[in-house]
Amino acid sequence: MTSDQPVLSASGLSKEYGKGAALVRAVDDVRLHVAQGESVAIVGPSGCGKSTLLYLLGGLERPTSGTLQLAGERLDQMPESRLARLRRHALGFVFQSYHLVEELTALENVELPALLAGSSPRKARERATGLLEDVGLGDRAQHLPSALSGGQRQRVAVARALANAPLAVLADEPTGNLDSAATADVLRLFEQLHARGQTLVVVTHDERIAATADRVISMRDGRFVDETKLTGGTARSLTEMAGLEG
Amino acid sequence: MPDPAPLPQDEPLHGYELRVVREVLLALLARDSSHGYQLRARLALALGPLARVLNDGQVYVTLGRLEKAGLVSSRRVGQTDRPDRRVYELTPAGHHQVTEWLDDTGWRKSAPAEFHLKLVAAAAAGLADPIGIVDRQRHELLIALSQAQRAALAEPDGSVAALLLEGVVLRLQADLRWLEACARYWNSAKER
Repeated sequence: MTSDQPVLSASGLSKEYGKGAALVRAVDDVRLHVAQGESVAIVGPSGCGKSTLLYLLGGLERPTSGTLQLAGERLDQMPESRLARLRRHALGFVFQSYHLVEELTALENVELPALLAGSSPRKARERATGLLEDVGLGDRAQHLPSALSGGQRQRVAVARALANAPLAVLADEPTGNLDSAATADVLRLFEQLHARGQTLVVVTHDERIAATADRVISMRDGRFVDETKLTGGTARSLTEMAGLEG
Repeated sequence: MPDPAPLPQDEPLHGYELRVVREVLLALLARDSSHGYQLRARLALALGPLARVLNDGQVYVTLGRLEKAGLVSSRRVGQTDRPDRRVYELTPAGHHQVTEWLDDTGWRKSAPAEFHLKLVAAAAAGLADPIGIVDRQRHELLIALSQAQRAALAEPDGSVAALLLEGVVLRLQADLRWLEACARYWNSAKER
């Protein structure tokens, strides 16, 4: 993969459910290129198709039409077994409700994807330990998810998503279940990932997590309707925003 | 196009309210000339219970000032069964002023009322697509939010300044949510 090739690239991507009069276009002719190291947020009201789009991008669902490439490789027609392997190695997922294995400790949850991808137990453990440190939970490694707060569980889930050093992390409402303080922790974590050059796609209706991205795309009725670049823009000054002047 | 003459600012009306009323009246005149009472009725409809901020004379006082400033012109129209009515219309300088207002993405403290009226007026006059205005405002507010949030997250734990920045962040977040409600409304208004 060359540096100017998009990590994720979708074109004419559509997903339809139902038939005839009941036909629903959940995702309608979406075109998206996500560059290496770029962070993209997709926002929109419930039912706008943003979660379906994320599932398509992650190869968790098949598009009805259109093409999808991950690092130049076509995913849309790839056989299921190969797709599953690629998903494990090249993508990390973060979900609103964490999806941790309740019977495993935080550390075991984080090392699991590396073990499934064929890493040696020792290597998997080393990496998982380091990742838990990175998300500020080194001292919670032996805790079961039930002994962790929502914010801590989501940080474990983020560490798990990074277990195989994925080409891209795909997150679906990562702050959806969190209170304001826990949201701030996850926001910090996403900013760190971004600063380290991790490619990220987040779908969310939380404007705060969207505001950590390079680009915010608004989606309505399955389509992209607007885009805001957050890098290099100059907005009004903080003092003005806070009402100290202006 | 010459710059419009500055408006006299010496009247004891609230500066902010006056400013909004002035711009909205200009925008409502952009398509058709109108009587003062029609303009007042439209403003009252758009403001609902908040229309109380408009005292009875305000629309007429403001129209008089706009005329002095060369932004509107008026003529008397005779009516058979009632006293003559004054009909107002927009001058080219007034049109210029309306365009500037619609393009302005400033976000003052009382933003909801002004922004709401801007969308109502833009749609009524057919001057600009309300959705386009919402989109441009969203760009501004998202950039502002990302800056305020970066500053907030950079504060150490327990910082008192972080509290102020959180206030800025939450307000911007609320504003962005309301913009989404605006987008929904004007989108469905288009389809009706």
